[in-house]
Amino acid sequence: MIPAAFDYVRAASADEVVAALVEHGDEAKVLAGGMSLLPLMKLRLATPAVLVDAARLTDLSYVRDEGEHLAIGALTRHRDLETSELLSAQCGVLRGVAAEVGDNQVRHRGTIGGSVVHGDPASDLPAALLALDATFVARGPNGTRELDATGFFLGFLETALAPDELLVEIRVPKTGPDGWSYQKFNRRAQDWAIVGALAVRTEGGTRVALVNMGATPLRVPAVEQALVDGAGAEEAASHAAEGTEAPADLNASATFREHLARVLVRRALEQSLV
Amino acid sequence: MGSGRKHLSSTYPKSTRSTVDISIDVNGRSERHDVEPRTLLVQYLRESCELTGTKVGCDTSSCGACTVLVDGESVKSCTMLAAQADGRSVTTIEGLAPGDALHPVQAAFVEHHGLQCGFCTAGMVMAAVSLLEEIPSPTEDDVRMGLEGNLCRCTGYHNIVQAVLAAAGTE
Repeated sequence: MIPAAFDYVRAASADEVVAALVEHGDEAKVLAGGMSLLPLMKLRLATPAVLVDAARLTDLSYVRDEGEHLAIGALTRHRDLETSELLSAQCGVLRGVAAEVGDNQVRHRGTIGGSVVHGDPASDLPAALLALDATFVARGPNGTRELDATGFFLGFLETALAPDELLVEIRVPKTGPDGWSYQKFNRRAQDWAIVGALAVRTEGGTRVALVNMGATPLRVPAVEQALVDGAGAEEAASHAAEGTEAPADLNASATFREHLARVLVRRALEQSLV
Repeated sequence: MGSGRKHLSSTYPKSTRSTVDISIDVNGRSERHDVEPRTLLVQYLRESCELTGTKVGCDTSSCGACTVLVDGESVKSCTMLAAQADGRSVTTIEGLAPGDALHPVQAAFVEHHGLQCGFCTAGMVMAAVSLLEEIPSPTEDDVRMGLEGNLCRCTGYHNIVQAVLAAAGTE
């Protein structure tokens, strides 16, 4: 399968990416690792007229300690997250979830920013960043703005990022190495999650997020509130499907996904609360 | 009935859009071509470089048959543009060892019968080479997880895993 023809622009700086996006509007797409975009283009589900290759912006690949939080460059590859000692010590949950993305080959190419901007509810990292109350830093023609992860994922493959903006950085709180569990259920090792459940202890309490239980990654306030009210893992997890809109497909019915959500949230809570 | 070699590139219309001039070190040889931006790395390797050891399997980055090394790391060449490899170093199965010599991973696949039909083998070997670069002394679990991106429909994986462990010297 060959993508539809496009013009290729290799950007040398974030500003060049933004300039190309301003010039070409929604005719253009930004290429990072390409692990989500290129398959869509090969299937002709995406046919951008202009592809702006941002992958050479190596200055957007980093994990930094910024005191209060960690800052992660948008073009940091899953592999670099997986092997980051800083991330392992200060936000172990994100290192662990990055290690669950796709397979080695995918993690050698795919980037955290690409995963966030693609906005796929079946992706692992967006749900983790939602649970962590991450902040996304976007650069556009009028400068830089910060967006909260809550409210960023608007719909299926739809985010609050404007068509002329480039995601440049992701900021996450320091949650330490442990106190988290990610339960990913799938049929083949490398597949997308049929359902995924993440629990992570933060300063503000235990956060619970779900993968592939709706049009966007989801937090589950009913479970979080039950924990605040003193419920144990099993009782809290019984609320895991509340407020979700599970999709139905060849892999699983909506009812089965709801069942999986309750089971996986229970396991995630049991392991993260230890 | 067939009339010789038919290039895949003749099966879709040439774009009128501008081409990209790319230079890639392929198996230690400097290759320079003018390609359409939409040219996939696997298509470039097979057609422009005439290195057909790299296979197209699923064409959807699931099966790993097209795995090659870019700057020493395994990637699925069906899901990478040739233009993205511009200025980088690519190693295919043909470039693992000089001449008729076998790379230790290739030799281990022969010794341990790590293949049946052979279609997944090039990708499997390349993925294993990359894995051993990252984890020189893997456990069996490391090997199984490390090769999760490569599918083999013949072997049941047992001999492949044994071959990789043998190549690592940790059998």
